[in-house]
Amino acid sequence: MGKRIGLEASLAVSEAVKMARADAVAAYPITPQTHIVEELSQMVADGDLDADFMVVESEHTAMSACCGASAVGARTFTATGGPGLALMHEMLYIASGLRLPIVMAIVNRAYSSPISIWGDHSDVMAQRDAGWIQFFAETGQEVFDLTIQAFKIAEDKRVLLPAAVNLDGFTLSHVIEPFDMPDQEEIDAFLPAYEPQVILDPDKPVTMGAVGFPEIYTEIKKQQNEALLGAYEVILEVWEGFEKAFGRAYHPVESYRTDDAEILISIAGSTACTARVAVDNMRDQGKKVGLVRTRLWRPYPFEETRAAVKGAKAVAVMDRCLSFGGPGGPICSELRSALYPLPEKPVVNSYIVGLGGRDITLQDFYTVVEDAERVLSEGPPDEYQYKMIGVRE
Amino acid sequence: MTEQTGRAKFLPRHLPSRELFAEGHRGCQGCGEALALRQLLEVAGPDTIVCSCTGCVEIISSPYPETAWRVPWIHVAFENAAAVAAGVEAGIKILRKKGRYPADRRINVIALAGDGGTADIGFQALSGALERWHDFTYICTDNEAYMNTGIQRSSSTPYGASTTTSPAGKISIGQQTQKKDMPMIVAAHDIPYVATCCPSYPLDLIKKARRAFETIGPTYLHVFCPCPVGWRHPSDMSVEIGRLAVKAGVFPLFEIADGKLKLNRKMDKRKPVVEYLETQGRFSHLKPEDVEEIQRRVDENYQRLVHRAECDAGGIDRSRH
Amino acid sequence: MADEMPTWREYPMAAIILEPGSTAKYKTGDWRSRRPVLDSSKCLKSKCARCWIYCPDAARRVDEDGYFEVDLSHCKGCGICARECPPGAITMVEEGE
Ligand SMILES: Cc1ncc(C[n+]2csc(CCOP(=O)(O)OP(=O)(O)O)c2C)c(N)n1
Ligand code: SF4
Ligand code: SF4
Ligand code: SF4
Ligand SMILES: [Mg+2]
Repeated sequence: MGKRIGLEASLAVSEAVKMARADAVAAYPITPQTHIVEELSQMVADGDLDADFMVVESEHTAMSACCGASAVGARTFTATGGPGLALMHEMLYIASGLRLPIVMAIVNRAYSSPISIWGDHSDVMAQRDAGWIQFFAETGQEVFDLTIQAFKIAEDKRVLLPAAVNLDGFTLSHVIEPFDMPDQEEIDAFLPAYEPQVILDPDKPVTMGAVGFPEIYTEIKKQQNEALLGAYEVILEVWEGFEKAFGRAYHPVESYRTDDAEILISIAGSTACTARVAVDNMRDQGKKVGLVRTRLWRPYPFEETRAAVKGAKAVAVMDRCLSFGGPGGPICSELRSALYPLPEKPVVNSYIVGLGGRDITLQDFYTVVEDAERVLSEGPPDEYQYKMIGVRE
Repeated sequence: MTEQTGRAKFLPRHLPSRELFAEGHRGCQGCGEALALRQLLEVAGPDTIVCSCTGCVEIISSPYPETAWRVPWIHVAFENAAAVAAGVEAGIKILRKKGRYPADRRINVIALAGDGGTADIGFQALSGALERWHDFTYICTDNEAYMNTGIQRSSSTPYGASTTTSPAGKISIGQQTQKKDMPMIVAAHDIPYVATCCPSYPLDLIKKARRAFETIGPTYLHVFCPCPVGWRHPSDMSVEIGRLAVKAGVFPLFEIADGKLKLNRKMDKRKPVVEYLETQGRFSHLKPEDVEEIQRRVDENYQRLVHRAECDAGGIDRSRH
Repeated sequence: MADEMPTWREYPMAAIILEPGSTAKYKTGDWRSRRPVLDSSKCLKSKCARCWIYCPDAARRVDEDGYFEVDLSHCKGCGICARECPPGAITMVEEGE
């Protein structure tokens, strides 16, 4: 069996890529993702990772080169965040459209301007609809596990879609945590070599990325969407297998003290650690508060989400992203949509927190819960869409 | 291929039974890019992977459910032919090392892009791939504008040409900037082989393409491709216009191997550029003084090449004249 | 028409085209307004093949006697072969004549 060590979450990503025996990596450095690519470079330099590491001249090229490498059947990885992810934008859609099972770590970082190297979820939310499988990790262990799982899910014949693992910049990426490192044999048994279906092979010449006229485009997109929706079952299956092999259980939505909860906090990413402390403290004060954390973001877990908030009177969704001029945070919007068809549903409030690396404090959780209580008793004001928490007025 | 020693041996006796760039593609009548591709793939052969960027070639060759390609082909986007090819090459290299790809098999990895995909939007990706020394051949099919989107200017459009975004007008000559010198910019990366060629000179093209494909490391072919639609010339003139461009020194044929430039056709007496310009509608607005200015620029550029060729130890190849 | 088109399930994944060179089935010959006609008696004894190498549409085939016949189902009638044939063995004639 593996060993327990202390490891920075970024390095856990690199370890996962190594243990997954990735063939090709193409990446461009950007804070706070740099530790991942530096570590991978060192692994290649030391001969510990037998991969072709293309140290490219931009993230755009990184994702383009990943497409090329994946198209010849290489297990392919990249990592980026913030502006780097933005620069990949067009390629993200193409990677999923071409059904290339590339795995990417997104070390979440705010978008400019003003330029900020610190974390929030604006980067991934702007790429939400790119057709990738998307996870949010809370801990270094989870980052490692999800990265390994991502390869297995993405490469599954029933899926063949790229997958991204989100980890918060600095607040997760640079944090050293205790970590169960499995043995290589255990990983090999869980994640066999990639068996590509269609590749660029001179013995069987295929044309990839042809012109799609209006008569076929919709069907091809439907097909792609079905693959992403179908990935859901595969994800559950892979998680079941993972739990059997490694003893760690994974669910699309993680619930904490939700059983009798009246007010639920909903959040994604590493902030959930603080959220749990806040929930415990509020519980100590007799408040019926619980936490739901989004782990699987795409395909969206409708059933689990509905089940997770069932019985609650209010959900306070804390988004680290602002949809300017829109209905609030994206996680909140989607939760509202998911609950809309239900005859009985909680009130769902949107709170914007932690933009550009602003600390999310215990007080922020108390504030949103108090606000949710107020809304429950008074009802929301007419213009109520969302609130930015901790902003100096 | 036999050398061009006279008409009698103009071409090989054994013509390939199957075109790798198939008939039925949707290129316009007399398309110089389609012609160049046919010839280039003849040389590349079946052990080839082509990474195309967006542009005429991609559009005319892949109208789903049909494809003109008989070699594996991928199109990803407009600005990244070199980056995709880099990934393909790196992928094959590592899979070969790991025993998951035939070890003995050399694959020509080709990045294929128009002048816009090369000199403008794909410039950075190209430079990066050259610098990283991928073992691939980058082919720029230069028709001197963005043809696919309707004849807009590129940085490869020559001075004085009228395009839809550099139109000739009462106070404009059309394109006011000078054609970006891509082969020289590429050569500045000090890669093993850079060449200019034109399908009007198939033997020259074939020789250069073969050398490019055989060379280990990054190589670059800049292919002059007349476009009847964008240049506004009769479709039967595509080959003749390529010839005139070479003979007037507008598009000199040269190669830079291991840093040494060789002019493949050193012409002591070049045709006046006006003979080239007057074949095409895109230049029809030019006044005599404009033509003079173009002649001056062409002369200057040609002289520079001659000097460079003389300086380089490679000297000038006069063997075929 | 739309009813005869495949459903989304029937398309190959990502619209990858599995049949190489399938444009050959498409008859670009319909685009033509003029057609090249070869007078084989004028063709050079060497059969220089310029008409073949300069055809952008791969519409020239060698017949049993070594002449370069035109594949009229693909020839677009650009006229390059006629212009480039050294002895002028190819002439362009209006379609329908
Ligand atoms: C990112 C992006 N910008 C713009 C376009 C539109 N576009 C497609 S092809 C093209 C021009 C192609 O010109 P060139 O590379 O010279 O190739 P040609 O069509 O002339 O062969 C343009 C502007 C695009 N597809 N993608
Ligand atoms: S526009 Fe020009 S380059 Fe494009 S297909 Fe037509 S002839 Fe060829
Ligand atoms: S007319 Fe054009 S397309 Fe037809 S055979 Fe001659 S060169 Fe080819
Ligand atoms: S170009 Fe003319 S001479 Fe040469 S092979 Fe063709 S028909 Fe004969
Ligand atoms: Mg062009």
